[in-house]
Amino acid sequence: MRCWERPLIEIIRLSVNGDSHEIGVPSHYTLLETLRYVLGLTGSKQGCDKGDCGACTVLLDGLPTLSCILPVQEAIGRQVTTIEGLADPDGPHALQDALDLTGGAQCGFCTPGILMSAAALLNVNSSPTRQEIREALSGNLCRCTGYTKIYEAVELAARALREQRPPAEVLRS
Amino acid sequence: MKYYLEWPEPDPTNLPPPAQDIEPWGETRVVGKPLPRVDAYERVSGTALYTLDMALPDMLHGAILRCPHAHARVTRLDTGRAQAMPGVRAVITAATPGAAIPWYFRGQGPTSMLFDEHCRYAGDEVAAVAAETPHQAILAARAIDVEYEVLPFVQDDAVALTPEAPAIHEGGNILGQETSGRGDVEAGFAGADVVLEQTYHTPCEIHTPMETFVTIARWDGNRLTVWDSNQGVFGIQANLARALRLPLTSVRVICNYMGGGFGSKLGLSKYTVIAALLARTTARPVKIALTREESFICVGNRAANTIKLKAGVKRDGTLTALDAVFLGSGGAYPAGATSTYLVQALYLCPNVRVEDNEVYTNAGPSRAFRAPGMPNCAWALEQMMDALATEIDMDPVEFRLKNIATFLQINDTPYTSIGLRECLSDGAKAFGWSEARARPRGRGHVRRGVGMAAGMWAYPGDPRATVIVKLFADGSVNLNMGASDIGTGTKTVMAMVVAEELGVPLDRIQIEHADTGTTQNAPSSGGSQTVLVSAPAVRAAAIEVKRQLLELAAAQLERPVEQLVFQDGEIMPADAPDQAVALADLRGLRGRQVIVGVGRRHPHPEGKIALPFAAQFAEVEVNILTGEVRVLRLVAAHDSGRVMNKLTYENQVFGGMAMGIGLGLTEERILDSRQTGKVVNANWHDYKIPTAKDVPIDQTCVPIDPHDTECNTTGAKGLGEPAHIPTAAAIANAVYHATGVRVTDAPITRGRMLSALAERRGE
Ligand code: FES
Ligand code: FES
Repeated sequence: MRCWERPLIEIIRLSVNGDSHEIGVPSHYTLLETLRYVLGLTGSKQGCDKGDCGACTVLLDGLPTLSCILPVQEAIGRQVTTIEGLADPDGPHALQDALDLTGGAQCGFCTPGILMSAAALLNVNSSPTRQEIREALSGNLCRCTGYTKIYEAVELAARALREQRPPAEVLRS
Repeated sequence: MKYYLEWPEPDPTNLPPPAQDIEPWGETRVVGKPLPRVDAYERVSGTALYTLDMALPDMLHGAILRCPHAHARVTRLDTGRAQAMPGVRAVITAATPGAAIPWYFRGQGPTSMLFDEHCRYAGDEVAAVAAETPHQAILAARAIDVEYEVLPFVQDDAVALTPEAPAIHEGGNILGQETSGRGDVEAGFAGADVVLEQTYHTPCEIHTPMETFVTIARWDGNRLTVWDSNQGVFGIQANLARALRLPLTSVRVICNYMGGGFGSKLGLSKYTVIAALLARTTARPVKIALTREESFICVGNRAANTIKLKAGVKRDGTLTALDAVFLGSGGAYPAGATSTYLVQALYLCPNVRVEDNEVYTNAGPSRAFRAPGMPNCAWALEQMMDALATEIDMDPVEFRLKNIATFLQINDTPYTSIGLRECLSDGAKAFGWSEARARPRGRGHVRRGVGMAAGMWAYPGDPRATVIVKLFADGSVNLNMGASDIGTGTKTVMAMVVAEELGVPLDRIQIEHADTGTTQNAPSSGGSQTVLVSAPAVRAAAIEVKRQLLELAAAQLERPVEQLVFQDGEIMPADAPDQAVALADLRGLRGRQVIVGVGRRHPHPEGKIALPFAAQFAEVEVNILTGEVRVLRLVAAHDSGRVMNKLTYENQVFGGMAMGIGLGLTEERILDSRQTGKVVNANWHDYKIPTAKDVPIDQTCVPIDPHDTECNTTGAKGLGEPAHIPTAAAIANAVYHATGVRVTDAPITRGRMLSALAERRGE
């Protein structure tokens, strides 16, 4: 369907963090607008709304995706994971703990996007080098931290996941 | 130095004397530790609620119509078409009752209005709309019919000074022209062995915090509540109250989580007042979130500077004279452009003259940007110092060590402490300076070099802050403070101060902050003052709680207060620790249920000034074929007094240096000065801030603590701004060391690097 043939509001089915939602969305909405303004999942941030900053990064079938430039229809039938779905019921993701421990979040506005990019990296590479971490995070702008503590956090989380130990314990050893 | 806050400077001389005599800390048990933030989980889980994330029931969305011309006069304005658009609930213009609000003050007098028919830059506010959705608001703003008389504009600072330039304000474009100094520079130059002169240029930079600029305004009768992404709720409250002619008590400003500001969110912005007016007109809450593009255009920048610097030195490394002429423009309104401070203060020099020129241009107004004026001044002064050192064949570190000033020469005030010597020497040691300098610089197309620069920050802080600490019957604590946490870790550091004094674990301290309705006045989080102003107030409040607890325990234990000690959340007689009572077992506390301690920041020490110092070292690689500069390594040695929390300390330093890489290598607002006068790179694609790949993997932070017992009761000095001051200059000096070429215009883009190399080859 071409965009001008779409109804003003569409009923779509969207799978977010394992939950299936049937929702009405304005058809011009991006995935980010749908997450934030229809589902109330404001963890994914709107930094620029034009694909420049990475603050809106979510996982789409496990791959990092800029939700601010993705028409919501593109997400139908796929698994969307947002920062709200990164932790599991047993506790935070190793990346979240690690970022706390290294102090890698300052104002925290870039943090959800950075965590999602880092999670996508660790999904495919369990022991990334600093160079690989930089590469994976190069689409996520952060104005506060200078990135150093974020690299440290990703390394720490990777090690914790490999050794199946909590990051705090890895840090102490 | 003028620090450009947009509200009247409070009077720091009229503070009450300290209520208690507080001793400096000796060994600390909590303060200084690398502890994770008290709100860390909120920040990593997506649950921290920023103003941009908030929505109120029945809320409308606002959008602002901005002048598309660099200089114009509104001759006709018709809102009819916009009013009739779907979802539109209000359109306001200069003619709307209550909207005639004076704006952009010079001294006491306004130079413009909230909506001014004389538009002085492409972005000036013309009208605003409130509608049911953001899209409807934007479309309606575009549908407002405006006719402009387009006027000639000027954007070049030097041209703006000439009499032929179009006048931006009545009375011409010169905003300030001041000369100051000491000694006799001519005699100084006559006595020098080497005199160098150079003109430097620094770019206009944009703050671009990750959270854009956003406000939600809501009225309850005559009372206004504003949720607003800012750096200091009390300043915003005061100015909002003044603009709307309301008593302070009718304006409540709240800002809990906020996504960065770097100076741009210190003052009251037009969009906040516009949201309040639209909310009043519609009797519904109104949210205005500026677009990313707007954030590049109309909410501040670091003014570009042209700095002509002449310096004289003796062969033995003694500075004899410094003479500098500064030219800068804070844009179309009085906003602050230049800083001559480092030339006047950083190095011991008997003969100094600085001339400071500030002009109006048809461009977006500047605002305080992380150490206003300082990294620009360091760019010039520290490159000059490097050039002088080369000329007299002296190591740049040694040269600086020879010229340290032990007092503030501007007003002959001694420092409470100065660790600049250690910053230079310990920093050099950590960097491996001498060895790195001696290493070959490479012969092929990739050259390596090292450079360094020093700096200091000028603002001792506004010492008024009142904090309340409440201790509840179960020994848990509420910390009530007005300070904002703009990402620096304020909440964490202040909770650590409470934990230090009261022995309460961090997770039993609840923090209420940055809300003018529920917390007490504190200065804004700018000027690197938050810790050194608010932490002593927190400490005083906690000590006051302790005093009251000791009194309660004295009654219970039937011992005089002097015989009791407070330790790990228990009170005991010093000679009988077995009689210890836990706080929860204090009968007097159970009776009252709460102990309230009020703490105030003490005044600054008399006759002395507390300022932070820094030295940074950089190693770079320059590809002389492509002009690409890569920063390989950075070391930062900072005397910011006591380290309150090692993690947040390092973060400030690394973040400040990353911004310095931006100033040194990539960041520059570009105006289309020949044709439209608009910002052409108003987005993160074309305006390049450093990414993960631009920041070196190898960064080291070397804290220098001079154990200052006079600056304040915590021994901490400012850090956020000093961290940003020397970086760009250190990089420029490293580029010179690598290539033998000085790039005097920042940022060192590939184009500038290549032109400088070509110039040396004589092309
Ligand atoms: S908000 Fe999506 S890239 Fe910036
Ligand atoms: S922590 Fe503020 S932008 Fe990254």
